[in-house]
Amino acid sequence: MPRKLSNPFTTSSSMSQPDRPGERRLSFKGNRLTQFFSSPKPKEQPSAQQSLLSMQQQQSSPHITAPTISLPTISLSTATAGELNSEEPPTTLFQPPSDAEATKQRRFETQFGPLLSPSHRYVSVHTGEPLEAPIEDEPPYYYVLTTYISYLILIFCGHARDFFGKRFGNKQYYRTLKAQNGYAPLNDDFDNFYVRRLKTRLDDCFARPTTGVPGRYITLMDRKSDDFNRTYQLTGTYTETLNMSSYNYLGFAQSEGPCADAVEECVRKYGLGFASPRADSGTSDLTLEVEREIAQFVGKPAAMVFSMGFVTNAGSFPALVSKGCLILSDELNHASIRIGARLSGAVIRSFKHNDVTDLEKKLREAIAQGQPRTHRPWKKILVAIEGLYSMEGTMCDLPNILALKRKYKFFLYVDEAHSIGAVGPKGRGVCDYFGVDPAEVDILMGTLTKSFGANGGYVAADKHIIDKLRSTNAATLLGESPAPAVLMQILSSLKIITGELIPGQGEERLQRITFNSRYIRLGLKRLGFIVYGHDDSPIIPLMLYHPAKIAAFSHEMLKRKISVVVVGYPATPLISSRARFCVSSAHNKDDMDRLLAACDEVGDILQLKFSTGVAGGLEPLPEGVTPDMEKEWRKANGLEGVIKPPRWKLEDVIARGVEDAKVRLR
Amino acid sequence: MDLHEVQSQLVDWLSEASYQFQKVPGSAVLIRYVRSSYQNDPVRSAIELILVIFFIRYLLSPSYSTSKQNFIKLTEDEIDELVDEWVPEPLVSPQTSLEEIESEKLPILVGPTGPKSKLANGKTVTNLASYNFYNLNANEQIKEKAIQTLRTYGVGPCGPPQFYGTQDVHMKTEADIASYLGTEGCIVYAQAFSTISSVIPAFCKRGDVIIADRAVNYSIRKGLEVSRSNIKWYNHGDMQDLERVMQKVVQEQARKKLTRRFIVTEALFEATGDISDLPKLIELKEKYKFRIILDETWSFGVLGRTGRGLTEAQNVDPTQLDMIVGSLAGPLCAGGGFCAGPKDVVEHQRISAASYTFSAALPAMLAMIASESLNVLQSNPEILLQCRENIKAMRGQLDPRSDWVMCTSAPENPIMVLVLKPEVVKARRLAVEDQERLLQECVDESLANGVLITRLKGMPVSTSNGLKDGIWIVQPALKVCVTSGLSKKEIEKAGTTIRHAITKVMTRKTNNKLGLPSA
Ligand SMILES: Cc1ncc(COP(=O)(O)O)c(C=O)c1O
Repeated sequence: MPRKLSNPFTTSSSMSQPDRPGERRLSFKGNRLTQFFSSPKPKEQPSAQQSLLSMQQQQSSPHITAPTISLPTISLSTATAGELNSEEPPTTLFQPPSDAEATKQRRFETQFGPLLSPSHRYVSVHTGEPLEAPIEDEPPYYYVLTTYISYLILIFCGHARDFFGKRFGNKQYYRTLKAQNGYAPLNDDFDNFYVRRLKTRLDDCFARPTTGVPGRYITLMDRKSDDFNRTYQLTGTYTETLNMSSYNYLGFAQSEGPCADAVEECVRKYGLGFASPRADSGTSDLTLEVEREIAQFVGKPAAMVFSMGFVTNAGSFPALVSKGCLILSDELNHASIRIGARLSGAVIRSFKHNDVTDLEKKLREAIAQGQPRTHRPWKKILVAIEGLYSMEGTMCDLPNILALKRKYKFFLYVDEAHSIGAVGPKGRGVCDYFGVDPAEVDILMGTLTKSFGANGGYVAADKHIIDKLRSTNAATLLGESPAPAVLMQILSSLKIITGELIPGQGEERLQRITFNSRYIRLGLKRLGFIVYGHDDSPIIPLMLYHPAKIAAFSHEMLKRKISVVVVGYPATPLISSRARFCVSSAHNKDDMDRLLAACDEVGDILQLKFSTGVAGGLEPLPEGVTPDMEKEWRKANGLEGVIKPPRWKLEDVIARGVEDAKVRLR
Repeated sequence: MDLHEVQSQLVDWLSEASYQFQKVPGSAVLIRYVRSSYQNDPVRSAIELILVIFFIRYLLSPSYSTSKQNFIKLTEDEIDELVDEWVPEPLVSPQTSLEEIESEKLPILVGPTGPKSKLANGKTVTNLASYNFYNLNANEQIKEKAIQTLRTYGVGPCGPPQFYGTQDVHMKTEADIASYLGTEGCIVYAQAFSTISSVIPAFCKRGDVIIADRAVNYSIRKGLEVSRSNIKWYNHGDMQDLERVMQKVVQEQARKKLTRRFIVTEALFEATGDISDLPKLIELKEKYKFRIILDETWSFGVLGRTGRGLTEAQNVDPTQLDMIVGSLAGPLCAGGGFCAGPKDVVEHQRISAASYTFSAALPAMLAMIASESLNVLQSNPEILLQCRENIKAMRGQLDPRSDWVMCTSAPENPIMVLVLKPEVVKARRLAVEDQERLLQECVDESLANGVLITRLKGMPVSTSNGLKDGIWIVQPALKVCVTSGLSKKEIEKAGTTIRHAITKVMTRKTNNKLGLPSA
């Protein structure tokens, strides 16, 4: 997917720079680059104007059920005492705010939506029953079959086009595939086939350039392609969309408010970076304070931070295990875990996703058989799992895995990239959610990229483990240390979550994300979609199946000004292409209703509603029947095993959503 | 045999086969069943037949598991017993004494890093341990830009580049670096340390050949390891040896399918500080049709008139290189790394480089700082000159003047790698650990006198044994990082302090058991 690397600032009319070196030149005038910086504040005006503009558009758009986003004079959130108002100027009906204030407020709300009712909150905590694997509904065979056929057609067309293209096509497009004056082709024909022939068709759904804060809304830079997604041209216009795509779980992607203020002060005090690895002179008081806070937050004696989450994994496994050790890894673990495991030199085996029985089987076999060939006992066994799986929305079955751990004496490594901040009554990840003592897990790893709106990763464990890791982890010894701005973002957001800073706000954020997640999940199920994942998980995959629907769904949602992430093979199994919504605390009920309305329409257009009801979303029980009585009621009425596919009307979904999202989902 | 004969032969065989078949007990039932079902539903019979064939094939196919070959069957009780008996090793081994000393002595800054840094013990020291060569960290213009970016973009982009994490700032930084270097394109990664570890496996696959310098750094090694390519080594900096290895590869492959071939090396070496001979590399590469991946982590922003790196310093057209990998986190005081090269090369990485695809994008602020720092460097090349003056001054204090250490770095390299002289090592029969210990003492002594320097961290390279015959024992060294943020006087003074510290440590009674160097 060759793409033109065009400078965004040239194409937009409001930011155009007269003299941009379009092509690289060796003779280079020293101050060309300075011209990029000649206009002092290029970004702010257009994005503000754009947000205004698109808000008006949204207001007149029929898809939005309740366009309250553009009523800045009434801020309902001030009505709920003790929440959020510490950062908003109190606005009342009697004193309409000045224009400047209104603009500021609007800007704030495009990043973090006001809470519309104190009832839109829910505490994320496990019920205490054994964690059931979420039921995965299946589409009718017709859809499975046509999905396969779609891929066959795509593959066939791709090969045909390759065959003729290589012989008669534009040389430039096939340059990297053919040997050229003695050099082997840069890309393998075969490896590259998927990218060239399948992904290019949906390429415009990926890597959409954005500008501004990826908060409640995200501003996309419009682009078009005249050559079937080979290159793109920015049109210079912007679209503000509802952001269902960023990992902004707790809504800390903000350019205003206490975190940004703290970061600004920090940059003034500490400067830009430490320009040194941690082990040389890149450790500062700030770094240590962040490590202390993180350790305390996750409930471990010590922690260390890194400048990248990926490397936190890739570097920690080699520091923990080596030859003669075994890593048992969940089959759906993230690429960083897999690379880290591979670099460690240990033997790697995988077990079925979140399947404790399979894990136990593998463990017994491993311990009984010992190392391959020699049968020597393993030096140690490390089980690597994720807290919340980013493509499935499932939570790890921590209580049962811990039960196994007590018996089989393995070490447990939990990657909390997505779960830290996002789950648990206090946002402290899966241990908090399941109410287990963090001391039971050996290594708690997480990233700071997601819930904290910063960057980097951490590892938390017992003190002696962290001490050793500090001396042996190459990413600490040689890799760059996190920048002060990033550290301060972590610190300030962490303090808001714990309630140390602005008490009440952290709690609100935590409870909003859980409510939002449950509300959307239930709503989508009731509308008739197949969604994966556990109820409290803020990652909601909506199944699309057909490859053609991947692009179509993304486009239809974009038309409705909602940006979503779509994924297909190879990130998922061949047939289970999906769209993934990442819910955030920055969303409020209006945003979610907007999403549901859009999904409802798009689902009808694209025929995506094929749930059978086994996974939930059922019709309400009649008056007087409580969920506990459901079984008997079904028996009495001869309804056992009778499940009607849910196809609720949007109005009903919205009308009952708030209430039903707060009880056990069915 | 003509067609007739074939046909009659076939009929014979068939009738013989059916006769034999009828003799099998129960065959009549089967035939009747097949016949009746065929009449009712021919499609079903066909499907059933396919199923039967598939089933037989499935039964006959070998099972996949590889571990089953020497699998010992045990009863559940036996397994339980083994489980009870098994005692794993502790998750980590205890810290070694050197590691303990090191963590104890780790300098902790209070406040910003700079030529003079305040430490947690309250002392303000001359900081020669950071890559802040031009003290851009204190540049107010860049700070303002960073804050403006913060106020527009927040801190984190909250998503990988492919999923709405690509911001216009990133595109701008990429364009800036590309035009600064003079390449077609550029891709920005979120961390410098891991950039090349991802770039290499994005292109080099199983079956490809990579020839690497023996002294390459840890990140490159990890990239080589992940790539699973066929790795060959040449002696550090030895172009003749490189040519020999290349010739051998070309010969070996003469009759085989053409595979991709790469040379991987560093511009300024992390472990030794010396410089590569790029024109020669280019000559060889073109002669033997190899591609070059050049790691400019330590030379980007350092070498050349305006800091464009080795290509500028040695007058090589950057388009002759296939990939240039560099860091934005060192002297530029930003964060992240980049890979510059032709468009195809850059675009390919966007979907196939692991740490780009599977990791969140660089914070907009840091990308903006990188752009702005480059801008400062370009418009004020005299900063580089001043730094080079300081390097000279520092060198004057250390290299010829110290009896104990010598500098292996190239003259333009602000990171001065100081190793113990070979005759000292030989005379005192110093093992690697002894050298590490002595040098740590030098670092401590120097810090006690107000100059913060550091040691080369060679352990990860020396102990990473994932690559056969690529082992390189890094010689322990001191690392002195010169900065233009100090005056020449200050640098000289710091240099003297370091020299005296080294002498003091080396002549300490406890360290001196084995006598003075023969020199
Ligand atoms: C489970 C998991 N681990 C690690 C990472 C990498 O984190 P980062 O984006 O901070 O590099 C991710 C990111 O997507 C992830 O999902």
